[in-house]
Amino acid sequence: MQSEFKLRATFRGLVDKAATILAVLSTVLVILPLVAIFIYLIFKGASSLNLDFFIKNPVPVGETGGGMANAIVGSVTLLALASLIGVPIGIGGGVYLAEFGRGTKLANAVRFTADVLNGVPSIVMGLAAYALIVVPQHHFSAFAGGIALGIMMIPTICRTTEEMLLMVPHAVREAALGLGVPNWRAVLSITIKTASPGIITGCMLAFARVAGETAPLIFTALGNDFWSTSLNEPIAALPLQIYVYAISPYDDWHRLAWAGALVLIVLIVLAVSLVRFVTSRGVLKGAS
Amino acid sequence: MGVGIEVTNLNAWYGTNHTLQDINLNIPANQVTALIGPSGCGKSTFVRCLNRMHETNPIARVTGTVRIGDLDIYNDTTPVEIRRRVGMVFQRPNPFPTMSIYDNVSAGLKLNGYSNRRSLDEVVEKSLKNSALWDEVKDDLKKKSGASLSGGQQQRLCIARALAVDPEVLLMDEPASALDPVSTSKIEDLIFQLKSQYTIVIVTHNMQQAARVAEKTGFFLNGRMVEFDSTHKIFTNPSDKRTEDYITGRFG
Repeated sequence: MQSEFKLRATFRGLVDKAATILAVLSTVLVILPLVAIFIYLIFKGASSLNLDFFIKNPVPVGETGGGMANAIVGSVTLLALASLIGVPIGIGGGVYLAEFGRGTKLANAVRFTADVLNGVPSIVMGLAAYALIVVPQHHFSAFAGGIALGIMMIPTICRTTEEMLLMVPHAVREAALGLGVPNWRAVLSITIKTASPGIITGCMLAFARVAGETAPLIFTALGNDFWSTSLNEPIAALPLQIYVYAISPYDDWHRLAWAGALVLIVLIVLAVSLVRFVTSRGVLKGAS
Repeated sequence: MGVGIEVTNLNAWYGTNHTLQDINLNIPANQVTALIGPSGCGKSTFVRCLNRMHETNPIARVTGTVRIGDLDIYNDTTPVEIRRRVGMVFQRPNPFPTMSIYDNVSAGLKLNGYSNRRSLDEVVEKSLKNSALWDEVKDDLKKKSGASLSGGQQQRLCIARALAVDPEVLLMDEPASALDPVSTSKIEDLIFQLKSQYTIVIVTHNMQQAARVAEKTGFFLNGRMVEFDSTHKIFTNPSDKRTEDYITGRFG
């Protein structure tokens, strides 16, 4: 009896160890690709990074030097425009789904459409923007690119906002209503505020996803070898520039493409960290 | 000051489930009235009808009249208006997790557009003193989240939050059932002090608690109010056999 008990205890100990090791291994596997990509990018791209890369525009083949200043500014412009469109519409839709439209036919339709939109390939999104904006206007533009990216952000933000709002405990809503706070005010100041860390994460996910998109920009923003900040003209973007340079036959351009990819990733990480830093300030001790 | 509550022919439903049947009851001002009864007897539904929280559930329905003071709450006013006059404390402490202690207490006023800073400070201090929490939190008012307090402190914070909007009636739905004995006795002391300023209705599972804090006690069973009388009478010499069976522990 005693020995059987001991045997079982030993067995349980072994299972516990094995499970721990598996969990650690999985964690390593999750982190590994990102770390590997990052190291490889630094290895390939860091040597081509210099001041010129950030302040100069591309130069024609054969000339040395040149940079991606226009593409960096272009990407920032496109992403700002996309966020301006995607964040408010996405959050607004999510709030409707979770708070006001629960159980209605319209809400089910919106939820279904958002899920389908999420599955639409990005190249199709580009084609749609091409047909709806570029063709009537007769020219490519930053505007069209920003809209294509913005629409791609909507479903992710909308659905995460909904999920996060539904996770806010019912007791918290009741507390607000019980104080004689009107429903709209309770939603705005209590429910959304309580869910805001999750909603912000959703926005950052959507942002990071479209930041690297190339396909929707090919038919819309087109790319531009020259300096342009006009929303009404074709604009350069890092992913487009990387694409063009990477498939070119020139070693110079290949190196610049690697550097561009490194800069793109660093920019995304910086933007996400900045938002996290800004929004985590003022969070109180013990707040969950 | 508290006001009395007059309930006439109150019926309530959740969907097709008739949870409250023909309740008639006069709750006196500035006293503590306890509602006891087994789980599912309708006592929580009853208090939720007193501040129209019942109807936040889309399938819920109510008929009958409830007068609080001279106000017919189902005909003369809006749910939002009545909930400012009838405060509520829930079973589980539910402070706003992202807000500081100060913001939790002042939430009811701030969210209704009241923003005079100096008088907010006064209201917060007064409410926290009234809920016997001031001495424990006065140094961390704006530094700590409401969620960082212990369970008992959170519940007193929720009481302070309800008091801050200056209600006339305070509804408490099993306010101590999730708390340890020490916190429970603090809440009970508090109820005893608060009744001079508010009319208090407390739902409780704990019959000793009802006996300790309440002047009047109502016994609910299967959606009906079986008996309503002075607490002393209910616990020593109930008129209804079912009340006697319940308080002597024969069922429930």
